Amino acid sequence: MKGYKIAVLSGKGGTGKTTVSSNLAKIQKSIYVDCDIEEPNGYLFLKPEIEKVKDVNVMIPSIDYDKCTLCGECTRACRFGALTKLIKKILVFDHLCHSCGACYEICPYNAINEIPKKIGAIRVGRSDDIDFIDGKLNIGEASGVPIIKEIKNLIKDTDKNVIIDSPPGTSCSVIHSIEGSDYCLLVTEPTPYGLHDLKLAVELVKEMNLPFVVIINKSGEEDSIIENYCKEESINVLAKIPFKKEYAELYSKGNLLIKEDDEIRHTFENLSQKLMELIGK
Amino acid sequence: MKIAISSEGDNLNSNVNSRFGRARYFIVVDTESMNYKAIGKTAASSAGGAGTKAAQLLLDEGVDSIISSNVGPNALEVFQAAGISVYKSINDTIEKNVEEFKKGTLEKIELPTNNGHHGEH
Repeated sequence: MKGYKIAVLSGKGGTGKTTVSSNLAKIQKSIYVDCDIEEPNGYLFLKPEIEKVKDVNVMIPSIDYDKCTLCGECTRACRFGALTKLIKKILVFDHLCHSCGACYEICPYNAINEIPKKIGAIRVGRSDDIDFIDGKLNIGEASGVPIIKEIKNLIKDTDKNVIIDSPPGTSCSVIHSIEGSDYCLLVTEPTPYGLHDLKLAVELVKEMNLPFVVIINKSGEEDSIIENYCKEESINVLAKIPFKKEYAELYSKGNLLIKEDDEIRHTFENLSQKLMELIGK
Repeated sequence: MKIAISSEGDNLNSNVNSRFGRARYFIVVDTESMNYKAIGKTAASSAGGAGTKAAQLLLDEGVDSIISSNVGPNALEVFQAAGISVYKSINDTIEKNVEEFKKGTLEKIELPTNNGHHGEH
């Protein structure tokens, strides 16, 4: 049987994507995948034993001056301004390059070679009874999408469920993280910011035709901020995680909530069961 | 000497534009004759790399110096590699900036004035 892919996203950062992903992965014995490549933090809670580290490279242009005539075709072909022609050389800006390959294709003199450049790495390991994968983008790199694509390749044909911990926001890296998921969990918090960014996330998953539910984290007296919106839009609020000092303390020590607290374990068991019923429909 | 100035409009009375890569116009002025031309087809609306694209545009014009205000690291690297000096504009018209340039009162920009805007997508 093929496993389901469940993507956890939020719009706003710091709402609890990793809390939901890591605890849910543990409850379900799913594969936990951290696609928040700019600052992956799932490993802090799952404490995996890393078995394999794989570099992620992108291809960037390198000019062969034995062949280059400084015609400038490559600089005009580049949509990203990564190549600039000076009087005696072509200046290459690695970090502006999107590895689209237009410069190699256009060069009339075959004077451009593709050379690999490391932009980050993927780690694969085990956290007790679950599989763990995360990716990390090197500081200063513009786009983590190539890392996310390689991670997605690793989880293509697995028979276990996969929980994808997505980056915050609604940018390219989020789109690539959640693409092809069977279901999305939108984690939010009952604040005006939480609501504002939840709306953006809802717009995104609707645009991508992905089924989704909302989870309210840090739930308390202000829940109506989120609940009123969800009611108007007929969005299912699948679970609420209460705003409690004890949870914040456990989190700050890098503990998984479900291991330390029976009530929250029960919340996640319920969440998991309801979610699987929804996906099965 | 041929200099390029990032501009809000298409003539010598226009105000300078404080941004380099995304300036709407560049005015290229011959400082001896004060003849000028306006370049309106800038890199302002490009998805990325506006700084280096604008720099290429001005290199191709054969300018010797640049006057602007917010020049990022990529464009500055291009100009430094090409041996083109970059000066900080004063908040006034193009003409006034050229006058100050001729007097030698404009400050030279040696370090990028921002950290670049790449990756915002």
